[in-house]
Amino acid sequence: MELVQMQKSLQDYTKSLFLEGVLDSQFLQLQQLQDESNPDFVSQVVTLFFQDSDRILNDLSLSLDQQVVDFKKVDPHVHQLKGSSSSIGAQRVKNACVVFRSFCEQQNVEACLQQVKQEYYLVKNRLETLFKLEQQIVASGGMIPAMELGF
Amino acid sequence: MGMAAAESQFHVLAVDDSFLDRKLIERLLQKSSCQVTTVDSGYKALEFLGLRQGIESNDPNALSTSPQEVEVNLIITDYCMPGMTGYDLLKKLKESSAFKNIPVVIMSSENVPARISRCLEEGAEEFFLKPVRLADLNKLKPHMMKSKLNNQKLEEIEEPSKDENGTVAAAVEPEIKDSAEVGSKILTLQSELETKQELLQVAQQEEQTLSNNKRKSLEEGLSTDRSRPRFECITTAV
Repeated sequence: MELVQMQKSLQDYTKSLFLEGVLDSQFLQLQQLQDESNPDFVSQVVTLFFQDSDRILNDLSLSLDQQVVDFKKVDPHVHQLKGSSSSIGAQRVKNACVVFRSFCEQQNVEACLQQVKQEYYLVKNRLETLFKLEQQIVASGGMIPAMELGF
Repeated sequence: MGMAAAESQFHVLAVDDSFLDRKLIERLLQKSSCQVTTVDSGYKALEFLGLRQGIESNDPNALSTSPQEVEVNLIITDYCMPGMTGYDLLKKLKESSAFKNIPVVIMSSENVPARISRCLEEGAEEFFLKPVRLADLNKLKPHMMKSKLNNQKLEEIEEPSKDENGTVAAAVEPEIKDSAEVGSKILTLQSELETKQELLQVAQQEEQTLSNNKRKSLEEGLSTDRSRPRFECITTAV
């Protein structure tokens, strides 16, 4: 694939993530914090998010599997996940966490957890694809096009 | 140290129990040309400043810096932390004669008006909703400038040049406040110019920042879901 085409694909792909609400403007903030002195900032922070989230979702699954669920333990986990997803701009994960906390003490926490997991795996998948596209461009000697606002 | 304000950077102490958020705030502050120290708890923050409540520092592993050596121009702390909350830290700082003049900023992911007003009443300079943005940090420059200026004036008191009477007049303190105010007004104007230039570079975000002003949010009662309105601001921006 030609470089220009790869760059266009990346831009279109990124735009779609914003339009679908998977990412919000906080992700753009992260990109702005990346520069020559910190060229991998975005992927570093996103990797931290993945690590945090995998751990939290694992803990949450275990907590909810118990005979008697201790909701006092569940809420801090969801609060933390809400915080980190908000920090990187994973809007739909954040929103799913907000819903989870509202319904935490009612019946369908299991459904809430599934929703959070679904949104998380979606954004994880999308971001991993995004980083791959970027890597392909860089490997071909090209530059990552700056994200254009106002679309 | 005695460096001129123009040469040395502002030093910010950032406190957050989340590793991810520490990385973020560190980068934000670096991008705003600040020197940053991050710690993961209020206790560590107090330790760094040299405020070990009732515990003498006989530990050879303890930080060797004394309050006079570590100049901190601003402390920015998360609110929700285990053990000592950001509010607890704020209180402790304001209760200490050594550190009550260091400006403190609180960050929180929750928009709770009662929490915000409590922090501001306790002496916090600003309350930022997370995620904190570059544009938010521009508000901090005047506070840090003033703090640095005050530190320099205090250094001058401590090393006074002998005048004819060889005394340091008691009237020095009120004088300092005035000149510090004038000085900080001038510097505020300078930093406002800088701020305007930076805002021009991120023009769309300026719109968002104005509408997301934390104190305004108290009056207007904006919802906690800030992300959607912000995204709409982007699409409608020219």
